[in-house]
Amino acid sequence: MNLPTIISAKGRGNLAAWLLWGLAAAFVAYTFVAGGYLIAVLHFACIYTVFVTGLNIFMGFTGQVSFGHNAFAAIGGYTSAVLTATYGWDPLTAGVLGLAGALLCALIIGYPVLRLRGHYLAMATLAIGLIVYEVAVQWDSVTHGYMGISGIPPLGIGRFTVTSDRGILIFLMIVAGLALLSAAGIRRSRLGRAFVAAAGSEDAARALGIDVARYKLIAFMISAAYAAIAGSLFVHAVGFVSPEVFGLPMVVLSFTMLYVGGIGTVGGPALGAIIISVLPESFRTFKDYQDLAYGAALIVILIYAPRGLASLPELWAKWRRRAA
Amino acid sequence: MSASSTHSRILEVEGLSASYGHVEALRPVNLHVEEGELIAVLGPNGAGKSTLMNAIMGLVPTQGRVTFRGRDVPRRAPAAAAALGIVLVPEGRGIFAPMTVAENLELGAYLLSDKREYARRYERVLSLFPRLKERLTQTAGSLSGGEQQMLAVGRALMSEPKILLLDEPSLGLAPRVIEEILQKLGELNRQGLSIILVEQKAPLVLKLARRAYLLSVGSIAAEIDPRTIKSHDELAHYYLG
Repeated sequence: MNLPTIISAKGRGNLAAWLLWGLAAAFVAYTFVAGGYLIAVLHFACIYTVFVTGLNIFMGFTGQVSFGHNAFAAIGGYTSAVLTATYGWDPLTAGVLGLAGALLCALIIGYPVLRLRGHYLAMATLAIGLIVYEVAVQWDSVTHGYMGISGIPPLGIGRFTVTSDRGILIFLMIVAGLALLSAAGIRRSRLGRAFVAAAGSEDAARALGIDVARYKLIAFMISAAYAAIAGSLFVHAVGFVSPEVFGLPMVVLSFTMLYVGGIGTVGGPALGAIIISVLPESFRTFKDYQDLAYGAALIVILIYAPRGLASLPELWAKWRRRAA
Repeated sequence: MSASSTHSRILEVEGLSASYGHVEALRPVNLHVEEGELIAVLGPNGAGKSTLMNAIMGLVPTQGRVTFRGRDVPRRAPAAAAALGIVLVPEGRGIFAPMTVAENLELGAYLLSDKREYARRYERVLSLFPRLKERLTQTAGSLSGGEQQMLAVGRALMSEPKILLLDEPSLGLAPRVIEEILQKLGELNRQGLSIILVEQKAPLVLKLARRAYLLSVGSIAAEIDPRTIKSHDELAHYYLG
């Protein structure tokens, strides 16, 4: 068979991958040098990379659905905010406690809820997000309701704190990078294969001796952990938290990032987070039509690359093969 | 002990029934498999053959009893059944399409932690299905139907089952490929593996099976000795009553 064409197509496909990631890297480098408002946009993209990576483990790898992961971001975020701003804790200790809290909640909630599948799971998880939002609004003595908590100290470990915009960006990029690396590790591990097997066919996985219910719960907890870390990062990076920060728009945004970036791929969440954070900014020149242009761009991406931007190199390779 | 051990039963199914809501898909069924036996479960479409396999495995809610070498097989706990050594190759193969062939095989030995034992089984499966060896890094979804079926069987073998349940392995395959797969199953059986083979196309498996159960509208209509079946007409008699 025409093996040479396939090999060369693969080579060009890799070129497309390099181009895609090269563009992303060039943009990050440009922002870093130019500074200004775009740096805040990138802070946001890095934090969302962590959040969406977690969501991807549950939705992409394990094939489940959750509209309620904002709840775990809220638990992590509020724990960090309250313990550092109100009680003067160290950000790291507060963050670890928030993480533990989110894991515990994920365990307690996940155990009964993960019996549900598909739309029912979507509805149940949506409810979790709404409940936590409501708690954040009503538990005035701790969360200050809609007023929120301000004066949250910056990120830092012990006596070292990161305060400059560029410093925060470097820190967040390292964390986002670690999130991606750990997700890649999980995907390649025994655990990750069990996740993907459960996504492929629960019955077939069960027939092989894989305890599907248990692995779904583990995936749920791992993704909740990423969400909690993202929540903590957010409140420290911004210095302020209110219920709106972890509201329903967070779910919509993270879903968009996940699908545009490429659900189930390791790099997809990062690509999605960067593109979706930057896209509205780049359409600013359209003024009133900004949202329209943004929506149109999303539709175009999802029509022509239904498996997300991370699948572009593959599509490119296929196109070259057909052309050859 | 001495007399019974040569003819001991690896699997005994007593009064096993299953229903989906109010629909009784499987009426109480009794069957057994001797150690090292290959039995066939035959029957037309919708007779309950797949339900029977899923019921033995514990994938669907059931009533009745399944024992494996005298021990109760827990109900609704397929992972536990698999740990005992009962492994099902489901209808439609149930391979994990986005994963590579190697990863699929690895999942078959999910309960195994011993690396050397793992390597031994891996080599054994690849020598049984050399075609898989050439495709190890390909995604399972890119394989041909026959190769996917080989992968499904190979993956099941990775757990070193004591009894293998195969649900219509011939489904959607070319006659030549079916023959190749059945020949491998015969080979495995001669090596001592007990097998339950579910088929719609009876003539294919009657040469291979020691005994055959004929399933019709959810219950066992007959137990057949394949050696006594001399013509298609005689088999048709069983099918049509």
